[in-house]
Amino acid sequence: MKLLQKVAASTLVAIFALMVLAAFLLPAHYARQFRDIPNAGPTAVHPLGTDALGRDSLSRLLYGTRVSLLLAPAAALLSTLIAAFLGSVAGLLGGWFERMVLAATDLSLALPWLFLLLVVRALLPLDVPPLVSVVIAFLMMGLLGWQASVRVICASARGVRDSDFLLLARSTGCKPARLLWRHVAPNLRPLFYAQFFISIPLFILTEANLSILGLGVMEPMPSWGNLMRSLEDFSMLSANPWRLVPLVLLVIVVMCFQLVLPTQEVTQ
Amino acid sequence: MRRVWFLLSFSIVLCWPASVRAQAPVQSGGELHFCLHGEPKTFNPLLVEDGQSETIRYLTGGVLIRLNRQTQALEPALATSWKVTPDGRTIKFHLRSGLHFSDDTPFTSEDVAYTVKALMDPQLHSPTGDSFRSSDGQVVVQTPSADSIVVTFPAPVAGLARLFDQVAILSAHSPKKEMAVLGPFFVADYSPGSYVLLRRNSNYWKKDKEGKPLPYLDSIRLDIQRNHDIEILRFRRGEIHLINALDADLFDRLQKESPAAAHDAGPSLDSEFMWFNLVPTAAFPEYKKSWFRTTEFRKAISLAINRADLVRIVYAGHAQPAYGLISPANHFWFNAGLPAPRYDSAGALHLLSQGGFRLEGSTLRDSSGNRVEFTVVTSTGNKPREQMVTMIQQDLSQIGIKMNIATLDFPSLIERITRTFDYEACLLGFTNTDLDPNSQMNVWLSSAENHQWNPKQSKPATAWEAEIDRLMQTQAAATSDKKRKADWDRVQQIVAEQQPFIYLINRDAMSAISPAVIGSAPSVLDPHAFWNADVLRLGPDPSLGAQK
Repeated sequence: MKLLQKVAASTLVAIFALMVLAAFLLPAHYARQFRDIPNAGPTAVHPLGTDALGRDSLSRLLYGTRVSLLLAPAAALLSTLIAAFLGSVAGLLGGWFERMVLAATDLSLALPWLFLLLVVRALLPLDVPPLVSVVIAFLMMGLLGWQASVRVICASARGVRDSDFLLLARSTGCKPARLLWRHVAPNLRPLFYAQFFISIPLFILTEANLSILGLGVMEPMPSWGNLMRSLEDFSMLSANPWRLVPLVLLVIVVMCFQLVLPTQEVTQ
Repeated sequence: MRRVWFLLSFSIVLCWPASVRAQAPVQSGGELHFCLHGEPKTFNPLLVEDGQSETIRYLTGGVLIRLNRQTQALEPALATSWKVTPDGRTIKFHLRSGLHFSDDTPFTSEDVAYTVKALMDPQLHSPTGDSFRSSDGQVVVQTPSADSIVVTFPAPVAGLARLFDQVAILSAHSPKKEMAVLGPFFVADYSPGSYVLLRRNSNYWKKDKEGKPLPYLDSIRLDIQRNHDIEILRFRRGEIHLINALDADLFDRLQKESPAAAHDAGPSLDSEFMWFNLVPTAAFPEYKKSWFRTTEFRKAISLAINRADLVRIVYAGHAQPAYGLISPANHFWFNAGLPAPRYDSAGALHLLSQGGFRLEGSTLRDSSGNRVEFTVVTSTGNKPREQMVTMIQQDLSQIGIKMNIATLDFPSLIERITRTFDYEACLLGFTNTDLDPNSQMNVWLSSAENHQWNPKQSKPATAWEAEIDRLMQTQAAATSDKKRKADWDRVQQIVAEQQPFIYLINRDAMSAISPAVIGSAPSVLDPHAFWNADVLRLGPDPSLGAQK
């Protein structure tokens, strides 16, 4: 393992440790409003200052990390699994099945998801606890976020379909399920990882947008997504640069994942 | 023959500038720039519904009577005088004579008669005309002379004279139809999606104290710009001269950067409030309905909300705790005898205990042991509302109430509060442009659609709603403003006692006006920044780059 990868791994471990130990490290409850000091700068009591309602920013960041870092990868995993299965099978089988999957993907990409999500929100009861609303939001993202990955995976699987090793496997009587599991999937694994890691920041940001529709993480619960909504106020950032911390943390986490995991792939 | 032509031409050249000077001395007022937040839906002043069209109507339309946005008094405009008869049904106007529309068509009482008939034509469905419809029947218009007109309505119309502030007079004969105007500017050019250009109407009737014709400005360019962030960016660059309405966040930022450009005129007529769903058929448990129906419960919630904190934190001090349905900014109609809003969580708990509620540890329960918990819906993307509801959540947790928050997109929210009634409580705002509270009839009558807590009642559900209905009807029929004021004072008192709407704050009227604009006098009434557009001028502006 190279030094950079060790640093990335240590950083991830530290972030996960902070996430797990958040309850013990929090300077105050994430929802508590210190109304005398809204928009305060960093102090010893509030190391990252307070937000517009006087809530401790560090507490919200740590708790938000817990929400986003558990649920965004879970949603990314779900969508990548769906995409991996559909894309690999379509690419391997080709013919009418491939055309059908790609047509379904195109159709799905063309659907006005924003309006469909609004309908979903309208159908949900209003008194859903914040935690359940978070799980529903990420589950929807996982179930609906596979289309772009399917096209990429299908194209790569198509390339593998006519390869010599697959021809050899077929000639030895290898069944389609085994072909898929033992020969196609291992060859496409780097692609799966790439799609997975691309999806994580995408889902975190999607969650922030869904919050605007009332579908994401509801107040007062924090998430990276709704913490980053405060970055909309561009002029405020220059005076309060510590508000960039959620964004910096997101970038660090995504970079660390990308540095650490390809090594595991190579070592396998 | 050549000599004759030469002499004729020479005399025209000599006389022309003098005649122009005599009619309209040269003004170099410059071009004022500001933004519309969307496309104007109509240029017909009788069909105005949206804010953009209203801006154009205000700047181009000539009215008989103008409400002075600063003094809140009615002033003569195209009519030099007017008189409402004691029965409140008839209004007589004496008109200015010798005036012309922007296309030189002469202005007479015939134009006013034509406008009133069009306004009241049921086929036209004029939103402005709706304010005059107090009962069925024909409106009779008489024109005894070219400079006088008598309009008789089938029934008394509350605040009749003031309603004419919204009626821009159309020409009965101009081939340009509604584009011929009597206001300070006329629409010279319109590029959809881009801009509306208004030019100075040289036939405008008004003159300044020195007798110079108004308006001073040569033109006004209204750029169509939906994005408020871009609008403020353009203001900072000096590309536009004013922003009519700002929210507290933008105002605060601007005040830090350019204090001379940020104007807070004080509390406006707009209010933010919350209410509980009292619709009997609403889809939530009966025990919650019984809480919401209890006056003590609603008053306790009101007492438990720290409005001063809402003002200080959400609005950065640019708002006032709200007293009730009429803002203190409305000098005449506000009931100054109302008690000031209080924050008293101990008092709230005392009221709740009178209503059978009890605090067990940190949880409030009703007499049957149910935990007091409800969900408040509000519009998503509206930052002040989202912040207010989060602060109220913490305030109510102090008295053991668990309040959940659900933010919804606006159409879904409207669907729930007007059709399905599938909500428990809601926080929204009310934008009021009219000083006369008669315009709120569609909210306060129990049979009204906008009687949000329990709309379209076949008969009043409570005694206090019946009393409000009665007061609404008597004030609408009264011709004396004193009598109407007494009725409205009582309505305000009932609302303060019963809290069907829990009023939270009145936002300040905040606007941005470049120091380059001379003569501005921001007002709490809309339009805040350009209500006196006819006397605005442009000068050099070192801070905002208008000199470039």
